[in-house]
Amino acid sequence: MVMAASETKFHVLAVDDTLIDRKLIEKLLKTSSYQVTAVDSGTKALEFLGLNNNDHHDVEVNLIITDYCMPGMTGYDLLRKIKESSSFKDIPVVTMSSDNIPSRINRCLEDGAEEFFLKPVQLSDVNKLRPHLMKRRTQTNVNKRKSMDEIVSPDRARARYNELEVK
Amino acid sequence: MERNPMRRQLAIMRQSLFDQGHVDEQFVQLEELQDDANPNFVEEVVTLYYRDSARIILNIEQALERKPFDFRKLDAYMHQFKGSSSSIGAKKVKAESTLFREYCKSGNGEGCMRSFQQLKKEYATLRKKLGAYFQLARQAGPVETASRPK
Repeated sequence: MVMAASETKFHVLAVDDTLIDRKLIEKLLKTSSYQVTAVDSGTKALEFLGLNNNDHHDVEVNLIITDYCMPGMTGYDLLRKIKESSSFKDIPVVTMSSDNIPSRINRCLEDGAEEFFLKPVQLSDVNKLRPHLMKRRTQTNVNKRKSMDEIVSPDRARARYNELEVK
Repeated sequence: MERNPMRRQLAIMRQSLFDQGHVDEQFVQLEELQDDANPNFVEEVVTLYYRDSARIILNIEQALERKPFDFRKLDAYMHQFKGSSSSIGAKKVKAESTLFREYCKSGNGEGCMRSFQQLKKEYATLRKKLGAYFQLARQAGPVETASRPK
């Protein structure tokens, strides 16, 4: 399957209240060729998403990666809000934490998180994001291609017929 | 094998950071993220760490002056410190923060104070060693990376 030249980079929204971790996750994501927007709270993340919807759908968010322990809205709260929203529920969400607490991890995964990364997050973790993003893009492309085929078919049939004649 | 004597000295310094247990694998991860676009990435992250740490250490010192100890608050501060120490690969400092948190959880005030003194020592040593390392790195100049076969 050939990727069209106009295929844009995936856009990841990173949420973490710690400056160091924000800088790190941003670099990890950019190194993996993602476009990144980093915010320091769940509230700002929701604002960012909400603003886009009013703004001619210019910026699309393909994945959200969020820290768990944050003051105010936790990463879990953010996950729930996204999964409960009709506009955003299909955006894959990944949660991260420096604490290895199985009940916390399970709860996030059960409530819709695609992955749970233990901090510090490494490149090998970020590599796990691609399948979740590709799955969604493939689905979108399949839908696009189907509608394109419907338009193109009559011409294709004609070309085939012409080839036969030349032979 | 480094031919440049400064680069050789830098490599020796770097190795000793690992051998003496000051930094761990996470530090290597940071180094691997450093590139032409961000040639000082490691030092930048470490500088952020110092700034963050100064604030947290001050908070803990102030909290330890208030008796009785608010162990929940002390633990919360140390949780932050442990997190950022872990993010830069500060191995000894991270280990000491874990110990401090255990003292918090068992309500051991004496243990907390002892552990905190030790932690400040480790942190000071780390700053000194990393400071010398980054200074030499800057003097030695950028590394010429071997070009990858196409």
